Amino acid sequence: MRELKAVRITQAVMDLVKQANFLLRKDVLSALHKAQRSEKNRRAKTILKAVLDNAAYAQKESLAICQDTGIPVVFVELGQDLRVSGNLKSAINKGVEEGYKKYSLRNSIIADPLNRGKSGFSPCIMHIDIVPGDKIKLTLLPKGFGCENKSQLKMFKPTASLPEIKDFIIGAVKNAGPDACPPYVVGVGVGGSADYSGILAKKALLVRLDAKRSQLEKDLLNQINKTGIGPMGLGGATTALAVKILTYPTHIAGLPVSVNISCHALRSAQIVL
Amino acid sequence: MKRIFTPLDLDQVKSLKVGRQEVFLSGPIYTARDQAHKRLAQAIKAGKTLPFKLFDAIIYYCGPTQTPKGKIVGSCGPTTSSRMDAFASFILAKGLRGMIGKGSRSPEVIKAIKKYKGIYFIAYAGCGALLSKYVKSVKTVAYGDLGPEAIVKLEVENFPLIVAIDHLGNNIYRERAPK
Repeated sequence: MRELKAVRITQAVMDLVKQANFLLRKDVLSALHKAQRSEKNRRAKTILKAVLDNAAYAQKESLAICQDTGIPVVFVELGQDLRVSGNLKSAINKGVEEGYKKYSLRNSIIADPLNRGKSGFSPCIMHIDIVPGDKIKLTLLPKGFGCENKSQLKMFKPTASLPEIKDFIIGAVKNAGPDACPPYVVGVGVGGSADYSGILAKKALLVRLDAKRSQLEKDLLNQINKTGIGPMGLGGATTALAVKILTYPTHIAGLPVSVNISCHALRSAQIVL
Repeated sequence: MKRIFTPLDLDQVKSLKVGRQEVFLSGPIYTARDQAHKRLAQAIKAGKTLPFKLFDAIIYYCGPTQTPKGKIVGSCGPTTSSRMDAFASFILAKGLRGMIGKGSRSPEVIKAIKKYKGIYFIAYAGCGALLSKYVKSVKTVAYGDLGPEAIVKLEVENFPLIVAIDHLGNNIYRERAPK
């Protein structure tokens, strides 16, 4: 059995913290460039230019792309033939904590959701999956809460029609409106259970924006971009950069649909050890 | 290039209208977000002295990152304004002139802006790194225990803004309800 010291995981997570917060994803950057070129609305063009300038400045100056450095969400795919010596979860949280501190990010996490109190850097949200092999894949998604607040879940009847489901997804985007930093990336999770559809919707944000699109994803994107919300909600043809849908088998009695919206600063970084 | 300055007096406010034009703000502004608003409202109700003078002042809905070594300030863009809607009318009534944030405001806040001749600006959303360029100095003035939610005095120079709701209650988003 292959062995991996927990301290290596901590180091890797620290690197992911830096990469995700300072360097905008290449696929997101190229989608923004494309939108900036094709926008006909002058104000939308100017705003998209500022968004691109911001990404370049963040990279050059090692500054956070956005001051909301998010709730850190870590997806772990742990190979079943890998033995981690030490405490895996503590190692990940330590990497988040030390990384956020080292790179002067924001301490946005409060220990007690009801009584609030002093804010810190961790714990992160962890989704751990066991997979074949002897490697570990770590993906960090710092999720800003302006857009996280616009998440929606609806438990549809199994006989619901596709237009009803589309209306719900588009409705979630309209509800976010100008508030959550459009242009958005819209993550959708369909199927599973109430909780699992939410995880799928979040995971959908990790799919490359330039990956092949399904007809449903294309249709939704078209309709969303016809709302005219536009960058910062000030009009234009770019309300979303992409819609990404992940599905999973579900129960005969239901059809859960979750929507997880990301702002234009969709940040994530990944490593395999 | 339209330049404005804090304290933002009524004459300046009257010269600003919702429209195409970008404006550039210089002078001190104060960050305050959720928890700081809660405390400010409590302090006003208890008749306590506030950490800064509300009269003609501008509050920036912002919680910057930690300040990296060698920098004046970290990333410092606007946060979602609607979360402060529950407090804004009350604070406007007590003398606050303007607010900077992102996104829409409630009908109640728009009414209060009109009544007290206030103003609401939006800053480039999700551009916190870029906006840090316009901050010349930083000083925590209250509620340091709130960490990123403390009230911080930011001295800004030519900070780029868009007028989103003017003193007449014109609202940049009203015409833009999603189709």
